[in-house]
Amino acid sequence: MIVVLWEGYKWMGQQTGGNWPGTGIELPVSTDDIIMPHAADIAAELVSDIRDGRSTLPLSVFLLKKAWFTLQEAAIGFFLGSAIGIGLAVLMLRWRVAERGLLPWINVSQTVPLIALAPIIVTWGRNQGMPDIVSISLISTYLTFFPVAVSALRGLQSPDSAHVELMRSYAAPWRTTLFKLRLPAARPYLFPAFKIAATLSVVGAIVGEISIGTKTGLGRAILEFALRYAVWPERLYASVIGAAALGLFVFGMISMAERLVLRRTDEVVA
Amino acid sequence: MSSGGEVPAVVVDGVGMVFNEGTGGEVAALDGIDLTIRAGEFVTLIGPSGCGKSTLLRLIGDLLTPTAGGVSVFDKSAHESRTGQDYGMVFQHAGLFDWRKVKANIELPLELRDWSKTDRNARSAEMLDLVKLDEFGDHYPRQLSGGMQQRVSIARALSFEPRLLLMDEPFGALDEMTREHMQGELLRIWGETGTTVVFVTHSISEAAFLSNRVIVLSPRPGRVHSIIDVDLGERTPDTREDPDFFAAATTIREALRSVGGAE
Repeated sequence: MIVVLWEGYKWMGQQTGGNWPGTGIELPVSTDDIIMPHAADIAAELVSDIRDGRSTLPLSVFLLKKAWFTLQEAAIGFFLGSAIGIGLAVLMLRWRVAERGLLPWINVSQTVPLIALAPIIVTWGRNQGMPDIVSISLISTYLTFFPVAVSALRGLQSPDSAHVELMRSYAAPWRTTLFKLRLPAARPYLFPAFKIAATLSVVGAIVGEISIGTKTGLGRAILEFALRYAVWPERLYASVIGAAALGLFVFGMISMAERLVLRRTDEVVA
Repeated sequence: MSSGGEVPAVVVDGVGMVFNEGTGGEVAALDGIDLTIRAGEFVTLIGPSGCGKSTLLRLIGDLLTPTAGGVSVFDKSAHESRTGQDYGMVFQHAGLFDWRKVKANIELPLELRDWSKTDRNARSAEMLDLVKLDEFGDHYPRQLSGGMQQRVSIARALSFEPRLLLMDEPFGALDEMTREHMQGELLRIWGETGTTVVFVTHSISEAAFLSNRVIVLSPRPGRVHSIIDVDLGERTPDTREDPDFFAAATTIREALRSVGGAE
């Protein structure tokens, strides 16, 4: 579908000399082979060889290796961010004061541009002698904890008063209510947040790699290919496709986990 | 039927309840309530909306604390009874946990009491039998009808053999036919378990059919208007067409009219 649109637009532009058909108005994106390489050329680039250190290997394998590295950073970011997000939500649930005190800061945290924050985190990390992968994971964490914290809080507050009163009538301590009622009830709220967090964790890892200047990872590949874009645009597009595929992969993993955890129980018998 | 001997199940002594006390928006919900409920009794609280009948039930269950007077349950304070997990509670909405199977829902209070898995299994099987849902233990609540869900909720409340069962309009959301069927079932279960029941309703026929005694409350602030004894003997489906049943319903209706509760 995208390929058809892409090639259709390109074809149209080349027929009209870069204008909207029947007008002298320029198309918003030029259709030449540097700005918009043919989809087939991008695909071909994926199987053609690239030098990686001393060996050569197909670009797709090269990207896969880089993606594996990025995935590890993203995974750390995802799990750490989710844990922090749920932890913050529990804290805000337990103490109203915490909700009033923390929630505005959690919101503000996401208005700080990541690009500005990344070098700070890296500099701190290097000062402490931490490897760059830790700093990148922290940048990824910074993006992922937010949707989880907000949704988890809503989910933990979701049980209605009858459920809460029931637990009270059993004289259930706060912790028991949390584990037997609030956390299970929060699951339908958590999984959509996990999906957003998972894709954000990849974005965070890539942005982290780019702003740190690591030696490997998808971000590094994108940065290198971007520098050579004028002569070799297919490679940048291929690496963007790689990044998107990685995002889809983690999204798919969460969707699978969701299906395992939230069994379908909506069929009606009686 | 009484298991508590001479000790009354519930004693409500001069209870008053004011919401938002000390602020501009004070609401006096209950005032000067005195009430004694014998062990093994089935007592209904009825009254127009705003009379505080649900509030009174919550005070007995220590889900609320009265601003005046005190409540004792089997010679203990309401608070001790709640922390001692002496009573079961059933709400208007079954309030089952969607993510637990029917069996696991019934076993929830047992889990909180650290029963062993074997004991829990045995008890939930017994309870499923009691509410006639033997085949539905492994279903999820959403797969059941409203009436069946409410039966699970009753099974859950009775699973740990509480001496007192507090019910807040448990059949309010059910259709008339299901409702009458559930009333019959509840009386059967009450007969088999001998527990004490305090039941909130706004249905005159429900109050007449179910209870030994009907407490009529007047509104704003809620006070005990009258206590009506109902003696219909063993209830059967035919009881609903019995002249004594109509007479009891009429007495309740007249009491409600005089407190300004148009049903």
